[in-house]
Amino acid sequence: MVMDRPSIVYDERLSLVVGMVQRFSWERIQGPDGTIRLELGGSITIDDAAALWKRISETIADVEGAKTVTVDLARIQVIDGACMALLVQFRTDLRARRIACEFQGGSPEVRKIVDLYGGRSKGRHKRPKRRPVSAIEQVGVATIAITAEAKQILDFLGRLVASTLHLIRHPKSLNLRDVGLTMERAGADAAPIVLLINFLIGFVMAYQSAAQLKQFGASIYVADLVGVSMTRELGPLMMAIIICGRSGAAFAAELGTMKVSEEVDALHTLGFLPLPFLVIPRMLGLILVAPILVLLADAIGIAGGGVVAALKLDISPTAFIIQLENAVKAKDVLSGMIKGVVFCATIALISCQQGLATSGGAEGVGRRTTSAVVSILFSLILLDALFTVMLAVFGI
Amino acid sequence: MSTPLIKVTDLEIGYGKTVLLRDANFEVARGDIFVILGGSGCGKSTLLRHLIGLEEPLAGKIRIAGIGAPRLEGAAPRYGVMFQSGALFSSMTVGENVAFALQEWTHLPIEAVSAIVRAKLALVGLEGSEDKLPAELSGGMRKRAAIARAMAFEPNLIFLDEPSAGLDPVSAAELDELILALNANLGLTVVMVTHELESIFKVGKHCIMLDRDTRSIIARGEPLKLRTETEDPRVRRFFNRETSVPQWQ
Repeated sequence: MVMDRPSIVYDERLSLVVGMVQRFSWERIQGPDGTIRLELGGSITIDDAAALWKRISETIADVEGAKTVTVDLARIQVIDGACMALLVQFRTDLRARRIACEFQGGSPEVRKIVDLYGGRSKGRHKRPKRRPVSAIEQVGVATIAITAEAKQILDFLGRLVASTLHLIRHPKSLNLRDVGLTMERAGADAAPIVLLINFLIGFVMAYQSAAQLKQFGASIYVADLVGVSMTRELGPLMMAIIICGRSGAAFAAELGTMKVSEEVDALHTLGFLPLPFLVIPRMLGLILVAPILVLLADAIGIAGGGVVAALKLDISPTAFIIQLENAVKAKDVLSGMIKGVVFCATIALISCQQGLATSGGAEGVGRRTTSAVVSILFSLILLDALFTVMLAVFGI
Repeated sequence: MSTPLIKVTDLEIGYGKTVLLRDANFEVARGDIFVILGGSGCGKSTLLRHLIGLEEPLAGKIRIAGIGAPRLEGAAPRYGVMFQSGALFSSMTVGENVAFALQEWTHLPIEAVSAIVRAKLALVGLEGSEDKLPAELSGGMRKRAAIARAMAFEPNLIFLDEPSAGLDPVSAAELDELILALNANLGLTVVMVTHELESIFKVGKHCIMLDRDTRSIIARGEPLKLRTETEDPRVRRFFNRETSVPQWQ
C-alpha cells in the first residue's frame, strides 16, 4: 500500500520526520529457539529515520529471551547512510545484551552501504567504559588546573615587569601607534556610553533619595549624596565596568585570535616580544584615559543628580553647586581618579593575560574572553572594597 | 665538508611530560631543501617550533650557524618563518606586513622600505598587492605574502610549515616552483614541514621521517631514493599511500 506523504516542507525537500509515517516494510518473524528474523523492504532514507528508530526502539524493548536476531536486507531497494547507521546501532545494542545479530542479504548497492558503515564487521566493537570521576579526583584535577593557571599568571607578571624595565631603559621601542589607538578606541569612543550611563546613575540615585530627604526637610543634602557617591565610588566603578565590557572583552578576543592564528608567533619570529609590543601599549593607553573618563563620569553623574534636584526638589542650580562645593573635597575626586587608574590597569592586565593564554581555536577565544570579563568584574569589586577600607584606615 | 647550517644533537621535544620525539640527530646543509615529514600527530610542526626557537627542548641541542641556539629575544630576525596559516597580521595591509620588521629594525627611510616591499612582493608574484588586506587574498596568495614577509630581511635560511596545505593543485604547484626558484637563485636554505607527497618529491633534496609510535626519526635521505629503496614498511606505506581499510575498496 502506498501512503501519501504529509506535506511538511523544509526548503524544497519533503520530510516525513515529524509525522513518522512509515513507507518501508518491517516484518518480524518469531522463529523457534529464540530466533527473530526482521525482514526490511522498500526505500529507507533520512525521511524515514524517525519511523525506523521507533521500530528499532520497540524491537529492543521486546527481545526478552531472544538469542539471535537476523536483519534481512534482501527486499530493500534503497537505504542511505543515516538509516544504515541506525541499523548498525541496533546491532550494537543487541550485542550489548548478548543477543547475536547479523545483517543478511541485500543488493550490491545496499551491500556497499552496509560495508561502508561497518555493517559487515563480525567483531564486537567494545566501547571503552567511561570511568566515573570521583569527587576527590575532581578536586585534584581542579587544583592542578588552578596551580597551572596561577603559574601562568605569575610568569606573565614576571615577564611584564622585565618588559616594563626594558621599556624604561629604551623608551623609543614603545609601540606608540597602539597606545594612541587604545586611547581612541577605549577612551574617546567609550565617552558617550560612559556619559549616558553615569548621567542615569546620578539621576536615579537622586530620584530614589529625594522622597526620603524631603520627609526630613533635608532635600539640599541630595547634592552631598550624589557628589560624594559619584566621585568616590560610582564614577570610577561604573566607568571601569563599561571599559571592562567594551575594551577588556575586545583585548582578550583580539589577542586570543592573534594567538590561535599564529600571529603572536609570527611577531616573535620578526623580533618583537608580545608583552612590550601588545600588552604594555594597551595598558598605557587605558591608564592614560582613565582619569579623564573618571572626571567625565563624576561630572555627568552629578549633573544627573542636579537635574532631579531642580525638577523634583525645587533646588536651584546655584544652591546645588554651593552645597556640592561644601560636600565634595579635592581628595574625593583624586581618590576616585586613582581608583580609576588602578581599575583600568587591572582590566588591561587581566584581559591581555587571558588573551595570550588562549589555545584551542575559536572556542578557546570565546572561553578566554568570558573568563577575562568575569575575572575583571570580580577583581574590580575586590579592589573597590580594598580601596574603601584602605582610604578609611588612612582617613582619606 | 662545509659546516652544516643547522645541527641538531640528541634532541628531545614534547609538552610537559609528553615526549613527542627523542634522540633526534640530524644536520641541514647550506643550500639544502630539507623536508621534515611524517603522519599526522608525529610532531613535525612541534619540531619546527623548536628549530625556530618558539619552544625550549626537553633535552639536546639545536645550533644554527652564526646564531647558536635559536632564541627570539627582541632582535632583528636572522631567519624567515612562514606559518601554516600564513599568520599575516590581519589589521595591516600586505605591504605593511612585509614592511613591519624592516621599519622597526632598520633606519631606512619610508621610500626605501616601500621599494624593498614592492620588490619582495614582485619576487613572490604579488605585484600591486601592497594595499590589499590579508582577508582580500586567496589562500595561496596569503602564503606567498607570508613568504615575502619572511624574506624581507634577506635571510639565508627560511622555515616553512605546511606550505601547500589547503591549497588547490595549481596554487600548490606555484608555491613549489617559488621555493625551488628561491633555493636555486638565492642559495636560500629551506627547512619545510609537509606531508604532501607531490611537494616532497618535487622540491625536497633531503628529508627525515618522524614516527609517532616510536617517537623517533625512522628514515633519512633523499625522498625519491627512500621511496624506492626503503625496506621499512612504515616508510613504504607512507610513500605509497597504503591504507588499512580494505572494505572501502
